Amino acid sequence: MKEDYSVIGRSVPKIDARLKVTGQALYAGDLKMPNMLFGKILRSPHAHARILRIDTAEAERLPGVKAVITHKDVPAKKYGVSPARRDENIFCIDKVRHVGDKVAAVAAIDEETVYRALKLIKVDYEILPAVFDPVEAMAEGAPLIHEDFPRNINVEIHQSFGNVEEAFARAFHVRKDTFLGHRTYHCPLEPHVSLAFWEGDKVTLYATTQKAHYLQVDLARQFDLPMGKVRVVCPFIGGGFGGKAAAMGLDFAAVALSRITGRPVKMFYDRDEMFTHNRGRHRQIMELTTGVDRDGKILGVYANFIMDGGAYTGNGIATAYYAGSLLPLSYVFENFKYDMLRVYTNLPGSASQRGHGAVHPKYALESQLEMIARDLGMDSLEIRLRNRRKPDTVTVNELTVNSCKLETCIETARKRSGWDEKKGNLPRGRGIGVALGGFVSGAGYPIYRTNLPHSVALIRVNEDGSAATLYTGAVDIGQGSNTVLCQMAAEAMGFRYEDITVVSADTERSTHDFGAYSSRQTLMSGWAVKRAGGMVKERLLEAAGVMMNVKPEELDCRDAEVFVKNNPVVREPFGKIAREYFVKNGPLVGHGSYTPPKLGGDYKGGTVGTSPAYSFSAQIIEVQIDEETGEIGVEGVWDVHDSGTVINPALVHGQSHGGIYMGLGEAIWEEVKFDENGRILNPNLAEYRMPTALDVPMMDSLAVEGFEPAGPWGAKEVGEGASVPTEGAVANAILDATGVFMDSLPLTYEKIWRALKNKKRGENADPR
Amino acid sequence: MDDTQGGAGHGKQYAIQLVVNGDLHSVFVKANTLLVNVLRNQLNLTGTKKGCELGDCGSCTVLLDGKPVNSCMVLAVEADGHEITTVEGIAQNDQLDALQQAFIDHAAIQCGFCTPGMIISARALLSHTPHPTEKEAREAIAGNLCRCTGYVHIVDAILAAAETEKKEV
Repeated sequence: MKEDYSVIGRSVPKIDARLKVTGQALYAGDLKMPNMLFGKILRSPHAHARILRIDTAEAERLPGVKAVITHKDVPAKKYGVSPARRDENIFCIDKVRHVGDKVAAVAAIDEETVYRALKLIKVDYEILPAVFDPVEAMAEGAPLIHEDFPRNINVEIHQSFGNVEEAFARAFHVRKDTFLGHRTYHCPLEPHVSLAFWEGDKVTLYATTQKAHYLQVDLARQFDLPMGKVRVVCPFIGGGFGGKAAAMGLDFAAVALSRITGRPVKMFYDRDEMFTHNRGRHRQIMELTTGVDRDGKILGVYANFIMDGGAYTGNGIATAYYAGSLLPLSYVFENFKYDMLRVYTNLPGSASQRGHGAVHPKYALESQLEMIARDLGMDSLEIRLRNRRKPDTVTVNELTVNSCKLETCIETARKRSGWDEKKGNLPRGRGIGVALGGFVSGAGYPIYRTNLPHSVALIRVNEDGSAATLYTGAVDIGQGSNTVLCQMAAEAMGFRYEDITVVSADTERSTHDFGAYSSRQTLMSGWAVKRAGGMVKERLLEAAGVMMNVKPEELDCRDAEVFVKNNPVVREPFGKIAREYFVKNGPLVGHGSYTPPKLGGDYKGGTVGTSPAYSFSAQIIEVQIDEETGEIGVEGVWDVHDSGTVINPALVHGQSHGGIYMGLGEAIWEEVKFDENGRILNPNLAEYRMPTALDVPMMDSLAVEGFEPAGPWGAKEVGEGASVPTEGAVANAILDATGVFMDSLPLTYEKIWRALKNKKRGENADPR
Repeated sequence: MDDTQGGAGHGKQYAIQLVVNGDLHSVFVKANTLLVNVLRNQLNLTGTKKGCELGDCGSCTVLLDGKPVNSCMVLAVEADGHEITTVEGIAQNDQLDALQQAFIDHAAIQCGFCTPGMIISARALLSHTPHPTEKEAREAIAGNLCRCTGYVHIVDAILAAAETEKKEV
């Protein structure tokens, strides 16, 4: 299986590394244009209020102010990812629906003037009753947030596969628990920025987006422009994690203000505004029932979930489906029922965050499975080995799994963590827990209905063949797609990675691609690049055959040298042949595209969760609990994953570390908290409590040798999958350390302290 | 957030002198202008990033007379007459600093937004503690948040750079 590659599988330095360590890399916030104005959005101070009057006169009179706009100055049509749930306006028209909702915007000659002008806009509100909890929001008589959605129900899902009732009836043990998943936020280090300018009837937006194509589509729709009149460009992006994955008010406001003023306008969210814009992970109530046979084999799972969607839908429509559809991925069960209500509340919208939809439900399932193992007196690894997904299988909800090395992952994690020596033998307060993960390697279907290919790539070799440029619409948000795709281009062309440059994520100057979400680019953009590189190589060898008087099929090219396969001493430099090709035929180019095969089941929601391939992993975490204070020390993390063929080991481990880090943060420290009026109490990185370098340990990341037939060179995803098992592994480690079952996230020191206190009280009261 | 939200001294300008990366700059600032904004907006040194403007994230870390500070927490007038080093001043001409090279070699960079601040904080550490332990490296960057890496490769890079510098001395 192991091929001899020249570039694939090497930890080459990131293609943008030098720019980033020297401070030369330009992010959207670093960009300046001649005559540029600065803009900001006026936010609602209320969670739910009718807008009675907006008076912009005084703000407009302030010297230096060039425009003050409200809903009257922009298209009134609503935007949103789901056509049936377009529920958001550029600026609120009738009422505001959460603290921080968008009311107006200002453009002025400098930031200081912008802030002064915002303070001069007078808005009269009629405060309406607000609701902040999804269960309360569904109750009779609760305030209605969107007129078209009775009982504030935004998404309702009812899926049933097999017969879960029958499975529970014949089960040896059925366990039902209710878990609470909390609201978390992506916290990319780089805040959102939108810089727009118009040239006649064409607009260009420099945006902090993970999805240049979809943003282009949304802008074109909103402003009634042909796609060709909208250019979206991603400069360097400072992290996304799902938070930069949908068109947002800032983008639309920048485009509108630039059109009205006729000048470039740069807008940004500060950290507080980032939190109120939000679109992070949903708070959710997860009632989970699992039935097993005497041997711990899972017979059926019933997931009955309620999600707090916040005030808007955005990508949350997909989250609601993913939360159920990915549950049957890492464990096999033949009966599954999924009921979901995603409910509007007067809080900022929730949407996609790393491990989209899968993370909190996986915590619930892994915690429950651990309790079931305890109930049955089974070992934690044994119950997982018994139920693990196997290769070349189809899940009960019709997701097709090709490669799957879960058994190797579990056994390797067992060894590396010292599980057998530690389990049951650790000192008081110390515990070890395990959870499995798995995730899509790219969504099987686009976000809107279209037959466009998912990824397209173009490679152009320069005139003398000494360099090549890869054009890709993939968006490098830090995960390193530009690096990995250039490695792939070099491998496919038989060229050198060091001599390739990349033009990416520019809807006009690169190529079409759906962008950075659902962990799709290594596989999907990778296929497009592989095919483009293959075309370059084919054309080059054709020309080389003529020049070298050999049949092209007898030639190969590697590391920029063309050679005769069965007599490699006969060789010519790539550059020499490429130059000759250019002189005779014009530019040496190759292009390729990728569209996944038809995937998934024929039922409502059957497209969400489909993917050409799935990653799998086993994660083991060791914790130390201070029983006096409840403080959790994360002492060790072992992550073993099957990402298929690894294109760049250093980047794969980096993704794994980052995924675990975010998982640890969400498991223990992070939570967006609100007061009784729907205001965020901790809208900053310190009080939200993003973990520092002192909070997290070194992490052991290992990729098992795998090969995914549906992936280019056998590759599949790692970026989001690494986040999926972490919360469950932490919860199970705490359980092992203390005997305390934690059914609500985050697993804070306080909760552990209280649980330990209650446990002690119970033990003291118990005469046994 | 802007650097000049009205208040006392609004409009009045002060002449200050900063030695930035060895070069003397004379600039006019307001009383409440932040150092980070002078660096980024007036001197065009955009390598120093703004991630929070609350002193939480460390993306704007620069050396002020050799000590790492959040430049969003320093008024420009306070820096008058002082020496400042930003990420742009770390390399010697085209020769990368050992830390910069180590960050590249150890894949310690993902999105890169925290990288300039990380390198500056690590530079301060190595200048007074040439042979740091892992704990010391972590303490040195505890004020620099990174959302991408889990700090693993960053700590590796800092320790490796210390080794490189040890060999060079």
